[in-house]
Amino acid sequence: MEPITLNWYLALSAVLFIIGVLGVLLRRNAIVILMSVEIMLNAVNLSLVAISQALGETSGQILVFFVMSVAAAEAAIGLALVIALFRRKTSVDVQTLSLFRR
Amino acid sequence: MDITFYFPPLADYVATFPMLVLAVAALLCVVVDIFYNDAKGVAILAGASLLVTLLFEAARLSLPPAKALYGMVYVGGTASLVNMTILFSGFLTVLIAQPYLKRLGRNYGEVYALLLVAVVGMMALGSAANLLTLFAGLETMSVCLYILTALVREKDGAIESALKYFLLGAFSTGFLLYGIALIYGATGTMDLSDFADRLASTNAGVMFWGGTALLLVGFFFKVSAVPFHMWTPDVYQGAPTPISGFMATASKTSAFAAMVLVLGRALPSAQWQTTVAIVALLSMVIGNFVALAQSNVKRMLAYSSIAHAGYVLTGIASATPEGYAGALYYLLVYTVMNVGAFGVLAYLEHDNRQGDTQTVDSLAGTGQRYPLLGVVMAVCLFSLLGFPPLAGFFGKVYVFGPAVKSGLAWLAVAGVLTSAVSAAYYLRVLYVMWMKPSPDDAVAPQFEGVPPLAAVALAGCAAFLLLLTFTPWVMDAAVAFFRDVPAAIVSLP
Amino acid sequence: MLAPVLFFLFAAVAIAASIGTLLARNPVNSALSLIVNLLAVASLYLTLNAAFIGIVQVLVYAGAIMVLFLFVIMLLNLEATPVLEAIDKRILAGYAGGTLLLGAITYLLARGLGALPTFEIAESAAATGTPRALALNLFTTYALPFELIGLLLLVATIGAVMIAKKRFV
Repeated sequence: MEPITLNWYLALSAVLFIIGVLGVLLRRNAIVILMSVEIMLNAVNLSLVAISQALGETSGQILVFFVMSVAAAEAAIGLALVIALFRRKTSVDVQTLSLFRR
Repeated sequence: MDITFYFPPLADYVATFPMLVLAVAALLCVVVDIFYNDAKGVAILAGASLLVTLLFEAARLSLPPAKALYGMVYVGGTASLVNMTILFSGFLTVLIAQPYLKRLGRNYGEVYALLLVAVVGMMALGSAANLLTLFAGLETMSVCLYILTALVREKDGAIESALKYFLLGAFSTGFLLYGIALIYGATGTMDLSDFADRLASTNAGVMFWGGTALLLVGFFFKVSAVPFHMWTPDVYQGAPTPISGFMATASKTSAFAAMVLVLGRALPSAQWQTTVAIVALLSMVIGNFVALAQSNVKRMLAYSSIAHAGYVLTGIASATPEGYAGALYYLLVYTVMNVGAFGVLAYLEHDNRQGDTQTVDSLAGTGQRYPLLGVVMAVCLFSLLGFPPLAGFFGKVYVFGPAVKSGLAWLAVAGVLTSAVSAAYYLRVLYVMWMKPSPDDAVAPQFEGVPPLAAVALAGCAAFLLLLTFTPWVMDAAVAFFRDVPAAIVSLP
Repeated sequence: MLAPVLFFLFAAVAIAASIGTLLARNPVNSALSLIVNLLAVASLYLTLNAAFIGIVQVLVYAGAIMVLFLFVIMLLNLEATPVLEAIDKRILAGYAGGTLLLGAITYLLARGLGALPTFEIAESAAATGTPRALALNLFTTYALPFELIGLLLLVATIGAVMIAKKRFV
């Protein structure tokens, strides 16, 4: 069996990223959309770590730290917004966002 | 390398002085608010910290650009110009927003803290010399703006528009980040100034250009250029009006400045020039024509801000230092015009819903009842329109001129034509404000008269635009400064 | 010789779990699949010798963030709301188009990335994945973005309270 190269990791990362994009575009539940964004960020993290280890250079992994912190911050804000929306509309379906269409 | 006690050199503290001051002021705002609720002092603290940093940046405007803190940010020169634009927007916003927030019952220390942290993030984004700083600054700015959009959460639309902004923003962050990862893979570095060398020595075409395209998607979203503009009208309409003005100006300024840094210095131009030009064209055409059809004033200004993103992109699409300098000048002028216009709207509101149902017709007769607001609005709108002697006109000259020189004459022609279209909706607002008599059943604005500090800030916007044109020595100084900007952009370390 | 087996095993789990997140009708199932996906990616970090990132992934992502998600789903009692989303033609077309796009991109990657440096896990010394190597850079060279992220977490805390607290005084 031939050894695993960087390309395999990047290809896997691309596949996961596209699945995340599909989730954002096709799902209507705001929480699931948020989870799909997490899949996207996670896919990018995989690329960054693989590239960073292949190059023997740390800045990619440090960016991964930052992405994880940002994901945590975004999850907190996003879920707070979802809770506030649910209090008003008793729904987390993004199609109920009326947004000034009157 | 041994781990010893580590202190950055003093020069780094000086270099990041503005960020340090603003971050400490933001923390103080939160702490003071615990003990003194609704204190006027919090707003004064926030305003003072912004003023101090503004003066500090002005003092280093003439320094040659340099890198600080291990090559993480640029300081001095054009970076100072960008920071000053952002800080000026923040300062005016604090002055205008304080009475407004007080009326809403939202005069919390937290709001000022969020504003200050957003400014810190914008400064990091606008002067980033490394992709890590760029990402950290962008996210700090965005998260603060998501929260500020949802500030008046009892109101219909605030939470909805914040959620829409948030979901689309997080989505675009994913693309931007993937772009960073691919560029990192192709070049092996996060340092902007190393890209050119690395690309010359390696051959990673597909990956690098794929990364650049994804990075551009992220930037286009943040500056609300056309295929990625869907969030803009809803968010500007749903957010408190002075905050909309802040978002429309400061966040765009920093994102455009980062775009100039990444595209202008780090990457060869031929590959992206056409793309940026097409996006610029779409933004100008769609922004201006859709703005014509808007009856809501805040929505109209949102579409107009999309069109203005197109004008700035025209300067960037020219891919010459002159074009970048023109874009930076345009952003400065645009910031003052738009903060002024949104500020006037904030004080003419009478729907008790932060103006999100305020139509153009409802402004009838307000010009004569509130001459100060009417005059400021007239100056700002004429300047946004690009009326000849005003500052906005020179802005358009500075962005369209370089575009013509680098063979994008069609884009400049489109820009001039769509500017002519924009006259229709800008002048309609002025016509309604000054010429139409106010109807008998007119509802008075929630503000009877403008609070003194906000009046000073609004008058300051108008005065700034007029001074830039009608005072010879100010104009000479500006022309002299902006003549040196292209050289400064080229010579960035 | 074990490395390729581990890679393909965890890659399959990661893809299957992320598709599960996408397709699950109940948000709780989505969240649970996402946790599996995150754990599989954490294992992939370990195959890359990036031990520290892998552990942080388990602690922060799968531990803290996903608990927050599950907590909110339970709090809103979303199971009680109808989760059946009507399958319309647009969504079906979206899935079909997405699958095509997925295939195209995978194909392009398989063909176009030949120029990249070949990299074998056995060769990569674990040196760049250790906490020590990361910390030395994080707290010196990258001190500024690090501080910015600190500010970001602070404002996110403030913002979450401002937005979600029942009565904000």
